[in-house]
Amino acid sequence: MSEETEAKKPAAGKRKLQLDESLLGYKGVWVFVEHERGAIHPVSLELLGEGRKLADMLGVELAGVVMGQPGDTTRSFCHEAFFHGADLCYLVEDPLLTDYRNEPYTKGLTDLVNKYQPEILLLGATTLGRDLAGSVATTLKTGLTADCTELNVDLEARSLLATRPTFGGSLLCTIQTLNYRPQMATVRPRVMAMPERDATRSGRIVEDKLGMVESSIITKVLEFIPDEMQDKPQLPFADIIVSGGRGMKKPENFKLIWDLANVLGAEVGATRPVVQAGWLDLERQVGQSGKTVRPKLYIAAGISGAIQHRVGMDASDVIIAINNDPNAPIFDFAHYGIVGNAMTILPALTEAFKAHLATARKAG
Amino acid sequence: MHIVVCIKQVPDSAQIRVHPVTNTIMRQGVPAIVNPYDLYALEEALRLKDQYGGRVTVLTMGPPMAEAALRKAISYGADDAVLVTDRVFAGSDTLATSYALASAISQISKDMPVDLVFTGKQTIDGDTAQVGPGVAKRLDMQLLTYVSKVRSLDTENDEIVVERRSEGGVQVLKTSTPCLITVLEGNNEMRFATMANMFRASRYPVKIWNKDEAGIEDVTKTGLKGSPTVVSKVFAPTPRAVKAEIIQCESNEPGDLSVTLLAKMFNKHPKLEKEIAKRAV
Amino acid sequence: MAEKFDVIVVGAGPSGNSAAYTLAKAGLSVLQIERGESPGSKNVQGAILYSDALERMIPDFRDDAPLERHIIEQRMWVLDDESYIGSHYRSDAFNKEPYNRYTMIRSQFDKWFSERVKAAGALVICETTVSHLLLDGERVIGVMTDRQGGEIYADAVILADGVNSLLAKKAGFHPELQPKDVALAVKEIHFMPQELIEQRFNVKGTEGVVIEMVGKITKGMMGTGFLYTNSESVTIGVGCMLSDFKKQGTTPYALLEEMKAHPAIKPLIQGGEMKEYTAHLIPEGGYNAMPPIYGEGWMIVGDAGMFVNAVHREGSNLAMTTGMHAAETLIELKNEGKAFSAANLKRYQAKLDESFVMKDMKKYKNMPDVFHSNPQFFNDYPEMLSNAARTMLTVDGVDKKSKEREIRGTFRRRRSLFGLLGDTFKLWRAFE
Ligand SMILES: Cc1cc2nc3c(=O)[nH]c(=O)nc-3n(C[C@H](O)[C@H](O)[C@H](O)COP(=O)(O)OP(=O)(O)OC[C@H]3O[C@@H](n4cnc5c(N)ncnc54)[C@H](O)[C@@H]3O)c2cc1C
Ligand SMILES: Cc1cc2nc3c(=O)[nH]c(=O)nc-3n(C[C@H](O)[C@H](O)[C@H](O)COP(=O)(O)OP(=O)(O)OC[C@H]3O[C@@H](n4cnc5c(N)ncnc54)[C@H](O)[C@@H]3O)c2cc1C
Ligand SMILES: Nc1ncnc2c1ncn2[C@@H]1O[C@H](COP(=O)(O)O)[C@@H](O)[C@H]1O
Repeated sequence: MSEETEAKKPAAGKRKLQLDESLLGYKGVWVFVEHERGAIHPVSLELLGEGRKLADMLGVELAGVVMGQPGDTTRSFCHEAFFHGADLCYLVEDPLLTDYRNEPYTKGLTDLVNKYQPEILLLGATTLGRDLAGSVATTLKTGLTADCTELNVDLEARSLLATRPTFGGSLLCTIQTLNYRPQMATVRPRVMAMPERDATRSGRIVEDKLGMVESSIITKVLEFIPDEMQDKPQLPFADIIVSGGRGMKKPENFKLIWDLANVLGAEVGATRPVVQAGWLDLERQVGQSGKTVRPKLYIAAGISGAIQHRVGMDASDVIIAINNDPNAPIFDFAHYGIVGNAMTILPALTEAFKAHLATARKAG
Repeated sequence: MHIVVCIKQVPDSAQIRVHPVTNTIMRQGVPAIVNPYDLYALEEALRLKDQYGGRVTVLTMGPPMAEAALRKAISYGADDAVLVTDRVFAGSDTLATSYALASAISQISKDMPVDLVFTGKQTIDGDTAQVGPGVAKRLDMQLLTYVSKVRSLDTENDEIVVERRSEGGVQVLKTSTPCLITVLEGNNEMRFATMANMFRASRYPVKIWNKDEAGIEDVTKTGLKGSPTVVSKVFAPTPRAVKAEIIQCESNEPGDLSVTLLAKMFNKHPKLEKEIAKRAV
Repeated sequence: MAEKFDVIVVGAGPSGNSAAYTLAKAGLSVLQIERGESPGSKNVQGAILYSDALERMIPDFRDDAPLERHIIEQRMWVLDDESYIGSHYRSDAFNKEPYNRYTMIRSQFDKWFSERVKAAGALVICETTVSHLLLDGERVIGVMTDRQGGEIYADAVILADGVNSLLAKKAGFHPELQPKDVALAVKEIHFMPQELIEQRFNVKGTEGVVIEMVGKITKGMMGTGFLYTNSESVTIGVGCMLSDFKKQGTTPYALLEEMKAHPAIKPLIQGGEMKEYTAHLIPEGGYNAMPPIYGEGWMIVGDAGMFVNAVHREGSNLAMTTGMHAAETLIELKNEGKAFSAANLKRYQAKLDESFVMKDMKKYKNMPDVFHSNPQFFNDYPEMLSNAARTMLTVDGVDKKSKEREIRGTFRRRRSLFGLLGDTFKLWRAFE
């Protein structure tokens, strides 16, 4: 959306907002419920929360789409979707859907869309979601907006207003899919808030068939190598993150970050230059080309606060920034700032937290 | 074996500034670079060529100045370069872009059948990761996204085995060529061009195709007309109303910080204190 | 097989571009090698473009060169810790086309120039560093680059590789550069909306302002500060002799930070967003420090040859003029069927002697020494001047005559009257 941004600006006004007769039948908001290895991806639940709001605004139903191998686990995902706001679930069970593969999933989802005609279809911007969304949108020849940070509807045109960062986050743009249905969007994990789980809710399950045979699927899964759980940092879902940037100067100085993280039971994050220098794993990069995080506390040491980093972390509840440059942009959006050398402040902060927590625990 | 690598010239977004008054992007002086993610795709293609022989063609759709990106690719060792440029493409979204690229790839394959199409993981300006899947669907090719490694290639039987990053781990997939692969970053590093290739690049007659040469059959599928999405508003993020409260501490002693920062913060966010106390060791 | 050209030009700054452009236009086969990602990507300048040198090569440069503002006002400030005294010269004569001086942003300007060089027919290769010269005895026969298969041959090599030319040094053409002969300059570009610049500097359209500063900002070191207006940004910088930085133990960065905080300067850049920070050397040794500029199959142009007029802040125009003359020398010799030998390349030196280049270099040849041995120009005078102004302008019931007496008194106390006279004389001699 680069050259396009400017080129297309005037076009929105000119293009007709009135929906074609043939598209009026498209009704309802859908959320693709992604799951791998027996668990729903949290982003799908976050999207159900967001989808609920959109459906209510439009006065339509919210549906979850669950695809997977036959069995109770897959079926239980439908109920989990109900608990998080769905009114109904489309369920496609088939052994061919055991592992994610583009071909059968694209066919399954495309068929459902063509048959039941939703007006809005949301997916998580995960590796699976992006793979699937791009394929489905092209197959359906409809519009798809990636990596949205805000969703809303224009009630008059019944049009999805999908807002996303552009130019690395320096600007935001709102994108509409006019006169094509469904309107598709992907949203990154942790961008939308997690809705409350309400186990008293229930809904209808609409079952459908995949209608494919293994021999017609060209791509085969030979093997799956799971990430060692303890090795793989779960940054997006961490409640506390201590991050270091280039201002930490040397990889050895990251020990100070780890020390503080250990005291807090926190995850360790980093900026891109740090990751590119090989000081930390790519999984720990926070920002536009890394992870979006939403912790309760984010401590940034030696980080300038470039927009590409900011977009990945500024939804954190509380941000503490340590930087020796009082004019560093990070102070524009952190909640608390300490101007000074991270190498001396971090150990002091670690000690301060230690002492404070010791007394807090005694008291509580 | 023939690999087409789709690359895009993008403004170096690290250097982009937004005009504070008009809220428009100031491109002046912002250097154009090859989308960094596409370089991983190109290097992977060049490695396969080193191993299995064949040809690497780089393809881009963009304004005439995008030729520079292709020349750069030639200097790294690509054999041929095609720039698809035409007024009708202006304003293309990912759906329209994938149509133009798919048409061009069909044209390219008339010269020599295409076995593999590589794209980057995503661009740094569009940032959608949609163009690759779009091209695959339009060409009716198998699609393998987020590929971190090509394990093996069997040119006899048109089979390829790759490692694909998925949410919980790595999938090892086998499929038939032709197929489209979006290449994950970080698994290779672009080579340093030889002097001979630098000369070749600066002299190479890049193929410049208009819509007809690119084999566009239906103009309504290109540019603005062929783009279902419309940018209806561009605006700057609202700056946070209050800036950081700068903690003044006499010294960096833990005791001082305890009073100046922690007490203050926990006073305002009592839940946070409990949260930390609960989990901390 | 290694490639061969008539001429290889090392560097794509103003001097290299001028040489390559002139050569290629005359039909010689030219290869230009630049180590930066693109021409200009490594280049730092204030930057003022004096148009005459460029105009001689490319008369229509104004049509598409990326020029920022034409200068209509020149301010000269002498600063002490909290005040400044200065002169402003603004004239509508500077508003008559064709304009003579422009501000520009080097990275863009060099790129534009390079496009013209390519259009003229030269082959330009970037991101490639010449690591050393290929020699056959005394004679330069080509260059070696840092790339695999990097040797390339040519009948002549023009060294346009800027200040601190490592290539010439490696080849033994001249000794190490002395710290007293180079200034270290740092510079920042602050983005600022056009409207704000117009308002703050009292200009409109493409009009621009230049402020040159001396005084306390350099902490007694030999050097100057500068501030230029661009279309949508302001360039601010300061430069001092490398030897002085060493002596003082200050860093240029700290100096610039202090300068930006000066009460006279701070309001001018307030609200700007820093876009670029760069540091660069300027060869300011003058005529007496110049290396030999030609030899068997080689010539040196621009900063590499110390062609900078520090007093008038001219560099790029000398770079362009030397580049052009070097090229013209080769073109003439080629047309006459003569070899690029040292004896024949002497003609380059003759051309420069004829032009303003050598005349100016000689005229100011004593300036560096005068300033080096008389730090009071950067130290005492600014403070004395501004004290004097403050005394005169403060309305406090003291009559003006007494004030004058007081001022004369302090001047004399700080530097004897004899010293004052002597200084004036030295300065006058040096300028003359
Ligand atoms: C397409 C694209 C995508 C990108 N994606 C990301 C991304 O996902 N994530 C990301 O982080 N970046 C990303 N970037 C890079 C981003 O633009 C910035 O370059 C990066 O965030 C800066 O990292 P940093 O703050 O660690 O380093 P710097 O900007 O160098 O900042 C270092 C800071 O440390 C401070 N400091 C120095 N010494 C000390 C000390 N002793 N004590 C305390 N403070 C000190 C300095 O004042 C400075 O503010 C991306 C860029 C591009 C172009
Ligand atoms: C802060 C500052 C302010 C200035 N202000 C002004 C001003 O206002 N007006 C003015 O006229 N002048 C000014 N000057 C001086 C002016 O910038 C220089 O005199 C001018 O740039 C000299 O041009 P050049 O082509 O000789 O060298 P450069 O512009 O330095 O170009 C040399 C080029 O050679 C390349 N190179 C070097 N070594 C190699 C190698 N081994 N292989 C390949 N490439 C190589 C470099 O990357 C560079 O691009 C200023 C200088 C500075 C530093
Ligand atoms: N205009 C284009 N020309 C060639 N390739 C492109 C173009 N746009 C996108 N691509 C390719 O598609 C990938 C994904 O782009 P995007 O969907 O914009 O994130 C990029 O990494 C490129 O390989």
